[in-house]
Amino acid sequence: MTFINYAAREINCKIVYYGPGLCGKTTNLQYIYDRTNPAAKGKLISLATETDRTLFFDFLPLDLGTVRGFKTRFHLYTVPGQVFYDASRKLILKGVDGVVFVADSQEARMDANVESLRNLEKNLAEHGFDLQTIPYVLQLNKRDLPTSLPADVLYRSLNFKGEPTFEATAPLGVGVFDTLKAVAKQVLMELRKK
Amino acid sequence: MSDFILFDEEFRLIKDVISRLKADAQAKVVFIVDKNGQQIAAQGDMESLDTTSLASLTAGNVAATDGLARLIGEREFPVLFHEGERDNVYISVVSQRVILVVIFDERSSLGLVRLRVRKANAELERIFETIQQKVEAEKTRRMEGFDSPFAEITDEDIDNLFRD
Repeated sequence: MTFINYAAREINCKIVYYGPGLCGKTTNLQYIYDRTNPAAKGKLISLATETDRTLFFDFLPLDLGTVRGFKTRFHLYTVPGQVFYDASRKLILKGVDGVVFVADSQEARMDANVESLRNLEKNLAEHGFDLQTIPYVLQLNKRDLPTSLPADVLYRSLNFKGEPTFEATAPLGVGVFDTLKAVAKQVLMELRKK
Repeated sequence: MSDFILFDEEFRLIKDVISRLKADAQAKVVFIVDKNGQQIAAQGDMESLDTTSLASLTAGNVAATDGLARLIGEREFPVLFHEGERDNVYISVVSQRVILVVIFDERSSLGLVRLRVRKANAELERIFETIQQKVEAEKTRRMEGFDSPFAEITDEDIDNLFRD
């Protein structure tokens, strides 16, 4: 749900990074935070456990610049990936404008990817969103690991509507901004229809 | 789900209400966020505060508490209160859609804040109802062929955002 503020001439959009536990959602945000001009970003908030596992969400506000006289502000969120945090995960999807699904490329995590994707579809539906129509990007992360599956194998199992797909190595920043750009683009294009 | 659109006129009315609330409740800061974590308006000494983070965490807090409420069979907990050593935070939900937050210290009291918030809530409810009606009217207008300011966003506009 985009928030258009005519008084402040701002558009606020919410993007959620989804995916199984330890797939690199927080790492995506961390990289974006590290590489963004201080004037364009707010504080990166992580509600995490002592072992750095996301407990509730990470949050990063980002100013992307001006479109048609309106300041565009993106609020990036991650969800906790671990299966038993489903109740929290559902809350974070409230009012979402675009979703990035971060998949873990390792063969051993394939089932977890599929389960998380199904979970995303179900939780979106509970908020009245349809995964088929919401702005959506797939990121195949951890491409640098020797245990990772070939990209086309992952693509065939996880890409379901021809959504933009990016190979990534999040700690090095490979594919991170391409992913963000692709989802932001879809979200802004949605505004045209409204 | 419909978008949330804030127009100048209602923005001014909201500002008036929270500025009055801040004075009447002798609060340090009063702000309004929507349930998705976007800040709508703020009043008071904001310089020392990271208001964007405050908005997002407040919304997360209310969302988590709403989840708790439903688990025990309540619709929501419309009021949350956090008591600190110096500062306190009083959070209340308006029209099930937006969140009113009052930060106050020993110069005020929970009783006073509660009383003043109740009055402000009623006024805010009316304003947000008007906003809702306007958004609906706007939607109908657009369906009838009026353009939104974003109808002409081009690929180039968007590419420019990412040009560093």
